[in-house]
Amino acid sequence: MENTISEFGKVFIFLALGVVLVVGGFITSRLLRPFRPNTEKMTTYECGEEPVGSSWVQFNIRFYVIALIFIIFDVEILFLFPWATIYKQLGTFALVEALIFIGILLVGLAYAWVKGDLEWVRPNPNVPQLPTKKFEKMPARPEASLLSLVESITPASASESSLPKV
Amino acid sequence: MNALALLLVMELGDRFALMGVVLGVLLTAVAYTVYAERRIAAFIQNRTGPDRVGFDLIPQLKFLKGAIGLGQPLADVIKLLMKEDVVPENANKFVHALAPLISLFAALTTIAVVPYAKGVAIADVNIGILYILAITSLGVYGITLSGWASNSKYSLLGGLRSSAQMISYELSMGLAVVSVVVLTNALNMGEIVESQTSNPLNWNVCRNLLGFIIFTTAAFAETNRAPFDLPEAEQELVGGYHTEYSSMKFALFFLAEYANMIVACTVIVTLFLGGYQVPFWTDAPWFVQVGAFITKTLFMMFVFIWVRWTLPRFKYNQLMDLGWKFMLPLGLFNLLIVASTIVIFGNSLPLSILNLVLVALCVAGSFAAKPQSKMA
Repeated sequence: MENTISEFGKVFIFLALGVVLVVGGFITSRLLRPFRPNTEKMTTYECGEEPVGSSWVQFNIRFYVIALIFIIFDVEILFLFPWATIYKQLGTFALVEALIFIGILLVGLAYAWVKGDLEWVRPNPNVPQLPTKKFEKMPARPEASLLSLVESITPASASESSLPKV
Repeated sequence: MNALALLLVMELGDRFALMGVVLGVLLTAVAYTVYAERRIAAFIQNRTGPDRVGFDLIPQLKFLKGAIGLGQPLADVIKLLMKEDVVPENANKFVHALAPLISLFAALTTIAVVPYAKGVAIADVNIGILYILAITSLGVYGITLSGWASNSKYSLLGGLRSSAQMISYELSMGLAVVSVVVLTNALNMGEIVESQTSNPLNWNVCRNLLGFIIFTTAAFAETNRAPFDLPEAEQELVGGYHTEYSSMKFALFFLAEYANMIVACTVIVTLFLGGYQVPFWTDAPWFVQVGAFITKTLFMMFVFIWVRWTLPRFKYNQLMDLGWKFMLPLGLFNLLIVASTIVIFGNSLPLSILNLVLVALCVAGSFAAKPQSKMA
């Protein structure tokens, strides 16, 4: 009888077995364990404090950049696998070809490095700022205190009539 | 339907037995790895470790009296099965339950293509090494989803850290694997082992020491073990991605972590330590080969545990710097020297010597570059 189940078929059966095992353990514990919820138990753990807000919030953009660079290099490695499999048959030609391929990608890595995308802690973060030079050129106000500010806003006559004389 | 069942039994009778044995051995091994880790940690830290729980309920095993705590894993499993499963009110319930399942599934099924003796594997897939890379990357989903679904700040941070860490080190791991493929010209795990022969000098650890070091370091990071256990750094993140998990779901994560470690060790053994090859004994009987395979795996597991209890944890920026600025260029460099020495010399002896020199230089350099103590 010829072999009708391929090796991948066996892998598939093993995967199915894995699912059965994992889900089986899950269901067993569901049958055994108690279920006595109360409000205190069901709150999110925040070191004993009342949880503040949801945690489904924005997170740091750097994780995103790392993921992007990862994709590029992961695809590169995938391209290297077929190259590696027949490397000994191709010899010098394959070596030169891979050198060019890896070289181009190294330029990409160098670019990300120089741009500072590989730095986790940036010594000089590039925080966007308003152009303040125009305001700096204006003459500074002579009076700085709050009282003088109020006097400058309110008309002189009004302030005299409403405020009691000291 | 009956015909299909008959076909399955006829064709897969022995394979089914093998699958059962492998899963059984793996799960038992996981339970006892936890025990071994606690004992070895206790030994390293000059403590006693678990030494009470025995098998007193079974009359035949009463003589053990629990002297060395061998019943501890069993007791832990029963305790975790009986615990209440607390799911936070704000969590996404479905994903919260799905995540540990993915984690353990990915950890268990990676072992399907690893050969235990000549011709003995669950499946002899022609692209075995790609299968391993594919399934191990699935593990990231389990951890990231659990971090997100718990709707807890600690979990979210742990999950994010973990996913960034795992993808960073996957690159250097992949590059080390490519260098092995260049050396052996095969993607099939069995062929990779066969090409290493029974002479330890032909094992990839000797031919490509640098690749072995890169792969092992990346494996530490991929399995989230110290010194790369940032995702569950207790002091800052409580429990990391499994802060909100209890009962069986927590047990599944725990099992997945140790199953990952065992599987990573079997992969390291297969790729670099000659797999089932017995030193200086070509064509050994299958049980000797299985014995050799298990011995090598146990040794690697001891190294994993040893490293965890010896080295302190990295800071996150150090971890990212190591991954992107050191391991990735080093992986490319390693691939380059492997490829060029094979073309220039035609055999791998110069490569072994070059690797030894490079690693010696790296070690010497790290000692030289050690920052001088500022304490005057």
